[in-house]
Amino acid sequence: MSEPDLIAVRLTDIGKRFPGVIANDQVNVTVRRGTVHAVVGENGAGKSTLMKILYGVQKPDSGTIEVDGQEMSFHSPSDAIAAGIGMVFQHFMLADNLTVLENVVLGAEKLYGSGDRARTRIRELSSAYGFDVDPDRLVEDLGVGDRQRVEILKVLYRGARTIILDEPTAVLVPQEVDELFENLRGLKAEGLTVLFISHKLDEVLAVADDVTVIRRGRTVTTVDPKHTTARQLAELMVGSELPSPSTETSTVTDVVQLSVRDLSLTDPLGGRDLLTDVSFDIHRGEVLGIAGVEGNGQAELVEAIMGMRKATGTVALGDVDISAWSTARRREAGVGYIPEDRHRHGLLLDAPLWENRMLGHQTQEPNRTGPFVDRRGARNDTDRIVAAYDVRTPSIDTTARALSGGNQQKLIVGREMSGNPVLLIAAHPTRGVDVGAQAAIWDHIKTARREGLAVLLISADLDELIGLSDSIQVMLRGRLVGSVDPQTVTPEQLGSAMTGAGVPA
Amino acid sequence: MTFDPRKAGLTLAAPLLAIVFAVLVTSIVLAAAGDPVGTVWQTIFTQPRPRNVVNIINAASVLYLSALAAAVGFRMNLFNIGVDGQYRIAAFAAAYVAGEAWMPGKLNVLFSILVAVVVGALWAGIAGLLKVTRGVSEVISTIMLNSIATALVAYFLRQVAEKGSNNIHTTTIPASSQLAGFKLVGDAPNAIYTLSVLAVLAGIFYWLLLNRTVFGFNLRATGMSESAAVASGVSVKKMVVVSMLISGGVAGLIGMPLLFGDAYNYGLTFQTGLGFAGIAVALLGRNHPVGIALAALLFAFLNEQSNSLQLKAGVSNDIVNIMQGVIVLSVVIAYEVVRRYNNAAEQRRVAAQLAASRQAEEVPA
Amino acid sequence: MSSTVEGALEKAATTVRKVRPTWPVVLLALAGVILLLALLRVITGADDVASSGTVRAAIRAALPIGLAGLGGLWAERSGVVNIGLEGMMIMGTFGAGWAGYQWGMWAGVAFALLFGALAGGVHAIATVGFGVDHIVSGVAINVIALGAAQYLAGLAFTGHPGGGPTQSPQVTPMSTFDVPGVADAAHSIAEKNWFFVSDLAGIVNGLTSRLTVLTLIGVLLFVLTWWVLWRTTFGLRVRSVGESPAAAESLGVSVYRYKYIAVIISGALAGLAGAYLVQDSTVYREGQTGGRGYIGLAAMIFGNWRPGGLAAGSGLFGYTDALRLRSGGESVHALLLLLAVLLVVFGLALFRKNRRQALVSAGAAVLLVVLFLVTDEIAGDFTGMTPYLTTLLVLALFSQRLRMPKADGQVYRKGSAG
Repeated sequence: MSEPDLIAVRLTDIGKRFPGVIANDQVNVTVRRGTVHAVVGENGAGKSTLMKILYGVQKPDSGTIEVDGQEMSFHSPSDAIAAGIGMVFQHFMLADNLTVLENVVLGAEKLYGSGDRARTRIRELSSAYGFDVDPDRLVEDLGVGDRQRVEILKVLYRGARTIILDEPTAVLVPQEVDELFENLRGLKAEGLTVLFISHKLDEVLAVADDVTVIRRGRTVTTVDPKHTTARQLAELMVGSELPSPSTETSTVTDVVQLSVRDLSLTDPLGGRDLLTDVSFDIHRGEVLGIAGVEGNGQAELVEAIMGMRKATGTVALGDVDISAWSTARRREAGVGYIPEDRHRHGLLLDAPLWENRMLGHQTQEPNRTGPFVDRRGARNDTDRIVAAYDVRTPSIDTTARALSGGNQQKLIVGREMSGNPVLLIAAHPTRGVDVGAQAAIWDHIKTARREGLAVLLISADLDELIGLSDSIQVMLRGRLVGSVDPQTVTPEQLGSAMTGAGVPA
Repeated sequence: MTFDPRKAGLTLAAPLLAIVFAVLVTSIVLAAAGDPVGTVWQTIFTQPRPRNVVNIINAASVLYLSALAAAVGFRMNLFNIGVDGQYRIAAFAAAYVAGEAWMPGKLNVLFSILVAVVVGALWAGIAGLLKVTRGVSEVISTIMLNSIATALVAYFLRQVAEKGSNNIHTTTIPASSQLAGFKLVGDAPNAIYTLSVLAVLAGIFYWLLLNRTVFGFNLRATGMSESAAVASGVSVKKMVVVSMLISGGVAGLIGMPLLFGDAYNYGLTFQTGLGFAGIAVALLGRNHPVGIALAALLFAFLNEQSNSLQLKAGVSNDIVNIMQGVIVLSVVIAYEVVRRYNNAAEQRRVAAQLAASRQAEEVPA
Repeated sequence: MSSTVEGALEKAATTVRKVRPTWPVVLLALAGVILLLALLRVITGADDVASSGTVRAAIRAALPIGLAGLGGLWAERSGVVNIGLEGMMIMGTFGAGWAGYQWGMWAGVAFALLFGALAGGVHAIATVGFGVDHIVSGVAINVIALGAAQYLAGLAFTGHPGGGPTQSPQVTPMSTFDVPGVADAAHSIAEKNWFFVSDLAGIVNGLTSRLTVLTLIGVLLFVLTWWVLWRTTFGLRVRSVGESPAAAESLGVSVYRYKYIAVIISGALAGLAGAYLVQDSTVYREGQTGGRGYIGLAAMIFGNWRPGGLAAGSGLFGYTDALRLRSGGESVHALLLLLAVLLVVFGLALFRKNRRQALVSAGAAVLLVVLFLVTDEIAGDFTGMTPYLTTLLVLALFSQRLRMPKADGQVYRKGSAG
């Protein structure tokens, strides 16, 4: 029923600026009906903005949108929905305290009401695509895979014919990814069009019919995945350079710097076990990577080691048991922390850079003299960090909010590396930063490791994990389920270990 | 520190615009009610006489203390709505202690002030403890504590008042502990409260504490982002309790200038409602020690000048309450708009500067 | 071994939390409460703890609190914290007094709704339109409303018979009626002084006699609110913008519109609460609201942001207030004993999980019993504190169990979806 050469969506010369950023600049994408069309690009290349424009969340500053050959102007998502476009966001757009049914019918109550007719329709769709979702369950009780299916149900329920999926695999384990791809092929077979946003090239090559590459807000080209390799795609994505995080010779010593024993943590709200008997050692000069699909306890592990959450078991720094210490005391003892979510945990967005330099180190030199803030010390040291870590900013009085993600992250890395830390906890240290900053951050971690720093590295980027780590532990449902050797393991093997499918020796 | 005149201008523009807007709204209300708009403004904006100037300074110093008490909490997103109850219960306790005169002369004053600070701090501390141990929102608990304070003070007042007297109040402070005040304004018959000094001292203390100490840094960090503060090692629970104690302690000072400079005892006629006015003043002054001072002067000025409205214009001075409320609401709106504008402008500016350097870099590549 | 016991207890605790308030559960709980009160009456001899007069007074005290709380419920379900309820209620009392003395109580009700809604609209513009902090805007609205009511009252009421700057002329209240049959029968049984049965009858009599249409409307509004918010499309949208505005917007729901509507309804309900006060005391009086807006907010939090819970919460506050008004010292004195029993029960329930808190509540219970034994009644000033202390106590015991709408109090800017 699909005519492959009909055009479902055509985006022409789309431009969009935000204060401080040109997100899109002359972007052109043509999507054929009944295909899976991938849009690839690095984090921050402007993919998400483009999709939000197509879905009516944001208005383009310039350019045109055509759907089925007709030029459209979307003022809100309702307009896009009316034109048959649906979107599944990277961060799920679900209200936890409402049921599946309520989440699905919300905004589309006119179609089948919000009662039994809607329930029947959801059951129909659910069984037609093998989703198996109970419409009357609360969303907060669902797992990640089910939540994503609810998101897709929402779109199907509205009769969308073009479905945008923004980084749908970021939160899935490989098996779930396979299921998703099966679903996508099913949708395609029904004549629907899928726009698939990703930066994972293997996945793109596996599922897409066309691939459009975006770099720094501009379309580079559209290629046929049958005649393209992952390496070629990667080079298109980043320009010429392809940084590699690979470590050189091992610098691991036999001095244990961090020793974690039987760390366990129960969800204070739900009684679920978040961490179970986690034990490991990190030596001076060693980078220990924790691999795992997000949400398997990594964030809780980090917060327990930082003293931000109460957990049972022991944490020892060197020879000292620090289990009962406050976060402040742990930091004073030389624990650096690059948080996963820099806006929530790493920065005071409305404070100037030099005050952000103090954050987490406000009780230490050079930021304090007695009970008082040492403004001169803090400011001078901020100047040092800005220079040494290449933080691009007009001044240290600029607020952190005004900086780009990469520069914010470089400031955090510089801050956490100062004061001679003995242990660095780095959670997704290069998430959402540009390639240049990524390479710089990797270099800084490697240098510090050579000088004897112990690093706990959490990352969803398997290449980063394999490239930087001296050893890797796999985490699944709050437990460490095995270790792999980064020298020999491939990303594919690691990926399957993360799902519990089996750990290679 | 670099001074950005454009940003400073914007910061000042917000309150000025809010005042103009409030004058406009008030005028509309007056006109709609058939009151003489012109006469009202003429009365309010005449030059105050020396006696009124002294009154304004006195009222402003009390408002200033009240606003500081609220502002300490606001800086860490803690809404101490209970300043009103805290200062009343503290003033009562201090008046009782001062009336008993366990210490001689000026020592009695100092001791009573100390009592006021401690009582105010403890009363506020209840709300702090309830928040950190039982998760009770401080907004609700401080409001409830206000009402409880009212009942408690009424009860104790009846216990300590002289029996058989119609005029229920604590024992009057001995003359040796009464403070005469400063005769600073030319030929005014009245004096500036001696303990207005407390306002100045508290202002300096507030500024030092917030901007120059590690504690103040932690407090502001908690206000800007609680999650980031926790990650940086701040114990938010401790901060909540300590800031409530500080806020309550400052609230304890509110009644002191009045007590030792004018009333000399705590009775049914002791001024009430200062706590709520302080919240408004703190919002108008943007929790900044100088801003609050200007806001306190403005509110005191409006209050004092409106006293003669009934006489001169035949208009109830309640109109000033409307005006003050509108000022506060429009000023917070104006600040919000300016804040967003500033953020966007700064991001644009940073981007422009960096784009220039990036281009320079990209040319060789 | 002990860990399994604890695990089982914990599971039991979570199931208890998830008990649905079905009819049998509600009725059983009600019967339990009445039984407790009957026992209390017999033990302490405080006859007023369950008399029809107390029940009537409790409803009169509870309704304005409950209606204000209902206003809070609408606003907070849409994600806007409304501390300005007090001010909106003040606007309502003025509207009711001003229109009421001129054109009758129904006109008063209409203007109370209108003035409350106006104040709600201002709150909506500030918090939704401009993104101002919700508490700050609410406080400002309370200041403005107080000033406006005082100024307008001075203008409108001075010189009229019985009126002045702080009080309106008399408003003719709505007439009252009894539910035929039921009220009389219950009254005669209540006179018999049978244990439990007469207590129940007293309560039924209190619920069915000397009612006004306004009372009925007030009670119906609870049911209506539940139905609209949980059974209609409109209600789903209101709740969705309070739970996850980003999700709602991504589905084409106009977040601002539903927040505006909900906050304006919130104001109107608070205004109605004010009208109820005027109907009850037949005049507008300065300071008439007496902080009921805040207590309403507390009752709503107590009720876990649900109409049924709110009704229970406002009923509790109304009841303590009524006891205080009726035979003050004696009844509140009797309540001490009840409170001690409740604290012991609470302490036992906590014993496994948190010894320290269990001991604290046991200690408080002992103190209360001692207080009960050594005193005969409570001084007038202290009985005045009852509703406020109850609020604090209830929140201290239950705050951690509560679940507010997820995006409550957060400023949402359009275009934040995705």
